[in-house]
Amino acid sequence: MSEIKTVDARGLSCPQPALQTEQLLKRLTSGTVEVLLDSGTSRDNVTRIAKKAGWSVAIETKPGEGFRLLLKK
Amino acid sequence: MSSLARFFSSRWGPIATGVVIGILAPLLVKLGNPGNMGVCVACFSRDIAGALGLHRAAVVQYIRPEIIGFVLGSLAAALAFREFKPRTGSSPLVRFVLGMLAVIGALVFLGCPWRAYLRLAGGDWNAIAGIVGLFVGVLIGIVFLRMGFSLGRNRAAPVALGWVMPALMLGLLALLVFAPQFGAKDASGNPTGPIFFSTTGPGSQHAPLLISLAVGLLIGFLAQRSRFCTVGGLRDLILLRDAHLFNGIVAFILAAFATNLVLGQFNPGFEKQPIAHTDAIWNFGGMVLAGLAFTLAGGCPGRQLIMSGEGDGDAAIFALGMIVGAGFAHNFSLASSAAGPSAFGPAAVIVGLIVCAAIGLTFREI
Repeated sequence: MSEIKTVDARGLSCPQPALQTEQLLKRLTSGTVEVLLDSGTSRDNVTRIAKKAGWSVAIETKPGEGFRLLLKK
Repeated sequence: MSSLARFFSSRWGPIATGVVIGILAPLLVKLGNPGNMGVCVACFSRDIAGALGLHRAAVVQYIRPEIIGFVLGSLAAALAFREFKPRTGSSPLVRFVLGMLAVIGALVFLGCPWRAYLRLAGGDWNAIAGIVGLFVGVLIGIVFLRMGFSLGRNRAAPVALGWVMPALMLGLLALLVFAPQFGAKDASGNPTGPIFFSTTGPGSQHAPLLISLAVGLLIGFLAQRSRFCTVGGLRDLILLRDAHLFNGIVAFILAAFATNLVLGQFNPGFEKQPIAHTDAIWNFGGMVLAGLAFTLAGGCPGRQLIMSGEGDGDAAIFALGMIVGAGFAHNFSLASSAAGPSAFGPAAVIVGLIVCAAIGLTFREI
């Protein structure tokens, strides 16, 4: 269960980044999930969805590339 | 700057944006815009199409400064907050078609989602059928999303691409200000076009240019910061049980309702509503098509304009599809009038739904 699962939602339109993250989190009870995003809108949406589901969110900004969110529970 | 950024990404961002738009839209009506049409992206796209001669319905021709303001206000916010990110390549052709279909559906109803809520807030109960239709359209879109629908990924584009849509808007602004007349001469020898402005009807009703432009700029700026979206609000509420954007819609309707009350613009009823018809079935049907097309494209028409200001070339293509589609809507007798649906509007809605279903079923990420 220590394996990090990744959602790569870079370049996808709303609501796909949040939807893909939500669908993965629903299947997990705990662990670490990495979400790759390239827009501020998706960063905010995924953060909100994850926090609501009880996951902690650490946001890493990659200049020129986007964001890497680490979700933990 | 960062506390402002935090405020707009908090739960209060969409609410504050909704309140501001809800106050300003009825004020634009007071200052000259058509009834319950302080802001309507579909109607305004139609007016712009008419002003450019893409259709010749003489009563709906004007270059609406609000649309120009949305894009440029969003551009300013995106630049100020480092979110200007030119990108394209997520099925632009399909987005053009979806823009055309969305505006055709909206013009059968006579309003985009923004105006559907504004009509409700002005007491036009015909809007209820439209809003229910919008909700159903979003629901159908959600089914496709759950089945894996995707228009694919966009990718970073040269910075210049992000400036194309703002440049087009500056071009429209120049055409609005100078309104060149060098087209074919009419019977009395006066040149007509290429820019047409209505002298009667809704196209002739507008708030002063600078006020409309300023309101558009402000709304564009706020909506870029808060991601205000009149379709995303319904979609996220159902799909993700997330009320973040939906709260913005509620605030928008309540603020517009209160402002209409204060300004004496609340006139409840079904009959004799401004730029509206009473055919509930096609008010519903038109907005099912619009709601579905907007959901497949990832956001309401206002949101598409905002994203185009952030450099999203695909959203810009959708917005241009709306302007072209609005031209078709009048040339092919698809758009409704106050008398009711036109000859081919209902058939166009059905064809549009079939096309949207085909798109929803066939487009997947590869």
